[in-house]
Amino acid sequence: MGSVFPGLRCAPPGAAIWRPLRGLGRGLGALAVCPSYVPVTKLVQTLLDGLAVGGLYALIALGYTMVYGILKFINFAHSDIFVLGAWISWVFAVRVLGVPDSAGATAPGWTGPLVFLVAMTACGTAGFLIERFAYKPLRNAPRLNVLITAIGVSLLLQNTGQLRVFFGPYPKSMPLLVPDVTLGYLAGVRVPLVDVIVLGTVVVLMLGLEGLIFRTKLGRGMRAVSFNTSLAALMGVNVSAVISFTFVLGSALAAAAGFLFVMKYPAGLKQPADTSWMMLGLKAFVAAVVGGIGNVRGAMLGGMLIGLLEFFGVAYFEPLYRDVYVFSLLILVLLFRPTGLLGRATVEKV
Amino acid sequence: MALLEIRDLDVHYGAIHALQGIALTVAAGQIVTLIGANGAGKSTTLRTISGLRRPTAGTLVFDGQSLVGKPPHEIVRLGIAHAPEGRGIFANFTVAENLEIGAYARHDKAGIAADRERVLTLFPRLRERLQQSAATLSGGEQQMLAIARAVLARPRLLLLDEPSLGLAPQVVQTIFQIIREINAAGTTILLVEQNAHMALQTAHYGYVLEVGRIVMHAPANELERSDEVRRAYLGVA
Ligand SMILES: Nc1ncnc2c1ncn2[C@@H]1O[C@H](COP(=O)(O)OP(=O)(O)O)[C@@H](O)[C@H]1O
Ligand SMILES: [Mg+2]
Repeated sequence: MGSVFPGLRCAPPGAAIWRPLRGLGRGLGALAVCPSYVPVTKLVQTLLDGLAVGGLYALIALGYTMVYGILKFINFAHSDIFVLGAWISWVFAVRVLGVPDSAGATAPGWTGPLVFLVAMTACGTAGFLIERFAYKPLRNAPRLNVLITAIGVSLLLQNTGQLRVFFGPYPKSMPLLVPDVTLGYLAGVRVPLVDVIVLGTVVVLMLGLEGLIFRTKLGRGMRAVSFNTSLAALMGVNVSAVISFTFVLGSALAAAAGFLFVMKYPAGLKQPADTSWMMLGLKAFVAAVVGGIGNVRGAMLGGMLIGLLEFFGVAYFEPLYRDVYVFSLLILVLLFRPTGLLGRATVEKV
Repeated sequence: MALLEIRDLDVHYGAIHALQGIALTVAAGQIVTLIGANGAGKSTTLRTISGLRRPTAGTLVFDGQSLVGKPPHEIVRLGIAHAPEGRGIFANFTVAENLEIGAYARHDKAGIAADRERVLTLFPRLRERLQQSAATLSGGEQQMLAIARAVLARPRLLLLDEPSLGLAPQVVQTIFQIIREINAAGTTILLVEQNAHMALQTAHYGYVLEVGRIVMHAPANELERSDEVRRAYLGVA
């Protein structure tokens, strides 16, 4: 199975020779073949990649968890918003701005931020429209109807993207909107600008969200709605507006993740209906559940954990089991802490 | 002058006809109580006033404006605050945050601060517990918090749903004392109670609700003396 991540950049050359030595032995074998491949380098590299990808999982997981927190509903179309963010970035950069998508082509410095904002705005708008026209009419309908609708929305988004006027049915390569420059070396690991941008953006967005939810009036309204919708309404919170806003916010964060993903992995830009996206979306969902669905800090923690676990598993154990690590963690959490790491069993004092 | 005027109100829960042609008037400045047995439709009446439930027929007019079809958050802004049955405090919030969200619909910072001082004076126990999680409060303290929070909306009409529910007699006395004080400071109150004795002693006017219909209404002291009320609600043979 082809991986969507083009592998660790510091993968030891000739590691294939050591195939028979799986598991722990693999790390030592790699050391023997690749003289520059010292353990601390590998550790730092794995940490960096794990955190960056974990951050992307977290950004997507936030959308799952916020919508669940407020509507008690898993928005299965959410990962398609992440994909929309990725392909809108390409469409806007290549089709609208005319940035060449040939390998190695670079674009003026302002295109990156512009594409980022356009992707977030487009996905935020899509999130708003989806809530307004697909989910809102079903506010009092049985849960199953909403789930089926979400699957419909997911199919609609995927297949709209497959249209040639938008993205088309084939993989594309993302132009480098972030120049491929090296900022420095950290314990022998090359630190490219794009990694700093990915991690920096993730951190800024998370801090911003944290501030919004825990320090603003709107955030207090969101937390109130998530605790009890009708009680929040009695306090004067406009519940419909809070729900709309939650969809816009979650979708914009997923768009940011989509954009950052194709910045970090330009070759990972598959067509919208490709199954590789589904696995990414699924892992982000696992991150939300592991952190405690409905809990914003849990989604952040869960995303980071899943990213780190995945990259450490791949680097230090068996790369083929990349998905196994993630889903094993899910099983363990569901067995021993079903409410997730930061989720609390909601027992109300009467 | 009537602050709230309800006419021919019908409310259904699916096939259940919970309110059947209710008529009720709350005069400005008064405490009006709605008493009745469990399941009579008291909470449904309050939920319909505050917009959580839509009536199937009838009119609700608050200070000259129809409430029918308005969402709860708009009704709060018209000046109606509802402290629901079972207190409904935000267990994931601190006491201070619970108070703040009571003033969610307001923008007058200075007024909010003044009202906050006022309720903390009314309920000194809340002041000691401001930074505590609201879930750690005792039942009586939670009820105080629910009332304090509703007062912070600076309502013209305050809806209280069974504030005495599950509280020790002494705490009930305190709560009713504070209800009188809030009313004396100018807030009109519609008080729903199963504790008919306390309610009728506190209110100016009373309505008796039986399975979805108003069967009696009169000034509270008259109701208290009526044989039917004494027998059915005051436990006097
Ligand atoms: N959410 C609901 N769904 C269905 N029936 C309800 C609901 N809430 C209340 N009822 C019914 O409506 C009637 C009035 O209930 P309620 O207003 O809660 O009474 P009270 O507050 O006087 O105890 C009861 O028969 C009750 O069973
Ligand atoms: Mg009731």
